[in-house]
Amino acid sequence: MGLLSKKDSKLILDPLADNNPITIQVLGICSALAITAELKASIVMSISVLFVLGLGNVVISLMRNIIPSKIRIIVQLVVVATLVIIVDLVLKAFSYELSKTLSVFVGLIITNCIIMGRFEAFALGNGPWRSFLDGVGNAAGYGIILVMVGFFRELLGSGTLLGFKVLGDPIEKTGLYALGYENNGFMLLSPMALIVVGIIIWVQRTKNKALVEDH
Amino acid sequence: MEKKTDKNSYTIIFAIGMVLLVGALLAFAAESLKPRINENKRLEKQQNILYAMGINENDGSSATFISTDKAPEAFSKYITKQLVIENGKVTENDQAYLIDVKKEQANAKAGKIRRLPLFIGEKDGETYYIAPIRGKGLWDAIWGYVALDANMVVQGAYFDHKGETPGLGANIKERFFMDDFIGEHLLDASGNFKGITVAKGNADPKNDDKTDNEIDAIAGATITGDGVTAMIKSDLKLYKSYFETLKN
Repeated sequence: MGLLSKKDSKLILDPLADNNPITIQVLGICSALAITAELKASIVMSISVLFVLGLGNVVISLMRNIIPSKIRIIVQLVVVATLVIIVDLVLKAFSYELSKTLSVFVGLIITNCIIMGRFEAFALGNGPWRSFLDGVGNAAGYGIILVMVGFFRELLGSGTLLGFKVLGDPIEKTGLYALGYENNGFMLLSPMALIVVGIIIWVQRTKNKALVEDH
Repeated sequence: MEKKTDKNSYTIIFAIGMVLLVGALLAFAAESLKPRINENKRLEKQQNILYAMGINENDGSSATFISTDKAPEAFSKYITKQLVIENGKVTENDQAYLIDVKKEQANAKAGKIRRLPLFIGEKDGETYYIAPIRGKGLWDAIWGYVALDANMVVQGAYFDHKGETPGLGANIKERFFMDDFIGEHLLDASGNFKGITVAKGNADPKNDDKTDNEIDAIAGATITGDGVTAMIKSDLKLYKSYFETLKN
């Protein structure tokens, strides 16, 4: 890649698959369960995390030499909470509709362990540009899994995608439903998100044996 | 060897400095954006009330308000009267839509008088009586506006929530759920207040029967649905005496 050195592009590409925050590092599982019942929420959450993690990593990286190590976790929490609150306030003032869609996610972003994880593991030891790339990469890797889980849960659970009835109408019995197909209500419940994530992990490790740990 | 940033004195100074800086930043942001945010909230109330009486830009399956720039004009055009019912006494008040239902509910709990706002709308020769309701969902507050006719038959409903689960409880603000209430009766056959139950295992999923005081629940959103049932029951019941006066 011309724009980024090989080392830098690795920061973006690694978390997408071989070092994915959800399937390999097993971070951010909580939000993957909570908001993936529909595709739209998954997409919105992914974009929000992308924004906060990219920016937060840069801020922490800039502060890395002056943060006292004893209270670094608290400092990280304060930074992410401040960022999220400011974004929320600005949206409420200038894009009220969007802020209402996002309101549920604000609290979830602050508690997302991927964010704290990347601050702690990367931004504290690297420069702002590399930290930014790392943040974007990890958020994208998180987003890919979220969108995959959201896609299957919404399709199989509600028979819709982004609210569109792609499989026909379950009450009017059109499309697939005319053939006796039924939505699987289980898919809408959180435990099924865990099972979908489990299946993704299984598929990924079957395809790439290097990811399987030895015991 | 101890680094400069490991010293206790440095840590304490850093913490104090950070708290002051962040506190000032957030206070400044909140204060400077407050007027805009409050204005947005005021417009949203107007949009919600208009939505309940059927003035909206619904297109397809998602609920769409009348746009914010048209809302104030439409509000003064369609909402002909705003009433406040206080202990059975009805007064007109053109700021009634700004009454905070949450505060009034707290007043009622503390044994004080609860002011009940009611908005009267006129559209195409029909009269709508729109009342705000508020209650608890699974995670946080849920609220809404219900438009009724003189016989307490629902003509339109709008629900919203603060933090219900996306894809499940959050769907109470989707059209498929809100539109189900239209035509549903709040009173039973003998005229007693019965409310509307968000019912699981409803024998009538298409909602053809409008007098069964039931609508079909959302799968996976039992507690949010129960919250909707409860707030309709507790809050709309308070208006029944007003509707009785309409009959005379």
